[in-house]
Amino acid sequence: MKDTALLAARVGKTGSWLHRFANPGRFLRLVQPALPWLAVLSLVVTVTGIVWGYEFAPADWQQGAASRIMYVHVPAAWVSMAGYATLAVCSFFSIVWRHPLADLAAEEIGPVGAGFTFVCLVSGSLWGKPEWGAYWVWDARLTSVLILFFLYLGHIALIRAFDNPAHGHRAAAILALVGAINLPIIVFSVQWWNTLHQGNSISFGSGSKIYITMLYPLIISSLGFYLCFVTIVGARICAAIMERRARGLLLAAAERNS
Amino acid sequence: MNLAPFIDGSYGVTVLFLAGIGALTFARYRRALRRLRAVETR
Repeated sequence: MKDTALLAARVGKTGSWLHRFANPGRFLRLVQPALPWLAVLSLVVTVTGIVWGYEFAPADWQQGAASRIMYVHVPAAWVSMAGYATLAVCSFFSIVWRHPLADLAAEEIGPVGAGFTFVCLVSGSLWGKPEWGAYWVWDARLTSVLILFFLYLGHIALIRAFDNPAHGHRAAAILALVGAINLPIIVFSVQWWNTLHQGNSISFGSGSKIYITMLYPLIISSLGFYLCFVTIVGARICAAIMERRARGLLLAAAERNS
Repeated sequence: MNLAPFIDGSYGVTVLFLAGIGALTFARYRRALRRLRAVETR
């Protein structure tokens, strides 16, 4: 009783709520049945968005057909930033409350987020060549996204750099939290500096500068990319939990037999 | 300027990435599920 009261006082009300939902077993029970539905939904929405953008969306009056790259470039950029924000939140939970699920989630988000950032950089580079005449310029937006990619790679490497996994998770969590400062820099880079990269076309507050026939496929494609991210990360976390559980059972059996 | 290689390249990289990571994740998930079931039924 005393121990429970002590734990409650240490963890606090928010921490207690999070501890209840951050239990790996409970996560597995909640997410596993939803995974097939999520996979089908993300496939349908992503294919719709990509086909709509590639085949049916109108070409821009200035950029021509090259504007079709927007339907993969912009969603990839949004997901890469949202992924890093999630990584930073998981790292915060890991450092403050030492949630095992937060560590697992951070470990699984890293490679997926790095992949989306890579897609954003490559598609942006392929968009830059016909528009600016160069695949790459050291523009504030491009450079800050490249730094985001390196932060992801650093996080992936740091998690695996220590013999003790707990030390790796802690060091990577600190890197993720410090690196979160890059997110507002990416978002506001086109306002703070004179950049070759165009300014924000989509605004949730003051109306978008993009025409509705181009906005709809962009929204569908973005929704599909977000769903893909959630499904892939969810499946990877479930797989990691099952791998750990299997390893634990094998170790326990080996100890019993020895 | 022929824009098709740039557009097709962007979509190609994206589809390859999504299909690749999707397939790898699915394979890992199934492998983990099978292994856990095998260990639990030992």
